[in-house]
Amino acid sequence: MNLHIRLLGTVALSLAALGSGGAWGVAVGEQPPAFALPDARGEIVTLSQFRGQVTYVDFWASWCGPCKRSFPWMNALQRRYGEHGLVIVAVNVDKKRADAERFLQQIPANFRVVFDAAGVTPLAWAVGAMPSSYLIDGEGKVTAVETGFFDERKGLVEEHIRSLLRVP
Amino acid sequence: MFIRRSCVALASTIAFLLPGCAAYAPPYPWEKGELAQPQMQFDADALDAKIGQHIYTSKEAAAGGYGVGGGGCGCN
Repeated sequence: MNLHIRLLGTVALSLAALGSGGAWGVAVGEQPPAFALPDARGEIVTLSQFRGQVTYVDFWASWCGPCKRSFPWMNALQRRYGEHGLVIVAVNVDKKRADAERFLQQIPANFRVVFDAAGVTPLAWAVGAMPSSYLIDGEGKVTAVETGFFDERKGLVEEHIRSLLRVP
Repeated sequence: MFIRRSCVALASTIAFLLPGCAAYAPPYPWEKGELAQPQMQFDADALDAKIGQHIYTSKEAAAGGYGVGGGGCGCN
């Protein structure tokens, strides 16, 4: 019942987001909808627990080609900026958990991976493409939205992360 | 009389069935896992299709408007 209400709320929220301004999805300057999703060990990871930190939220799936290319890059980001306070949360949207696990065996991730097989979070965020990533500042506001993964945009995103983290 | 009745019956059947089409909603980007499977592609071989299309466009001296790249994830 509780879940039912939450689901309805999510749908209503995303419809409202669609209605206002006609823009699709979470936009720059907005506070993204909260989530609480389990990681591989079953521990719940919430978005609000990273309040105060620069957070990079990425929506990915095992069947998505560009996602495959984005993982080594996100691993590098984590290596480079993890100590400066960057948090990377990759939300998997595979319907079958085994598919995601196979992907992670091939391309291990050194950042947080959470699982949303029901697709509640991408619906609430109104994700427009796979992959989609959102850069969130310490105040919990979205400062950049990336739809798709493009090599030519990697530098730009990294520059943005640097400026948020105040890394020269 | 019979024709008229069957016409009404046909019209009401169509009117009854049509709203079914309105219920169609395309899958969301994160729901395209099945569509991304290789067996779901129109072309058996992506490279072969690309080469074929290249030959076609150069011979026709026209380009564009044909297909999309990628595997159904809506990313490129």
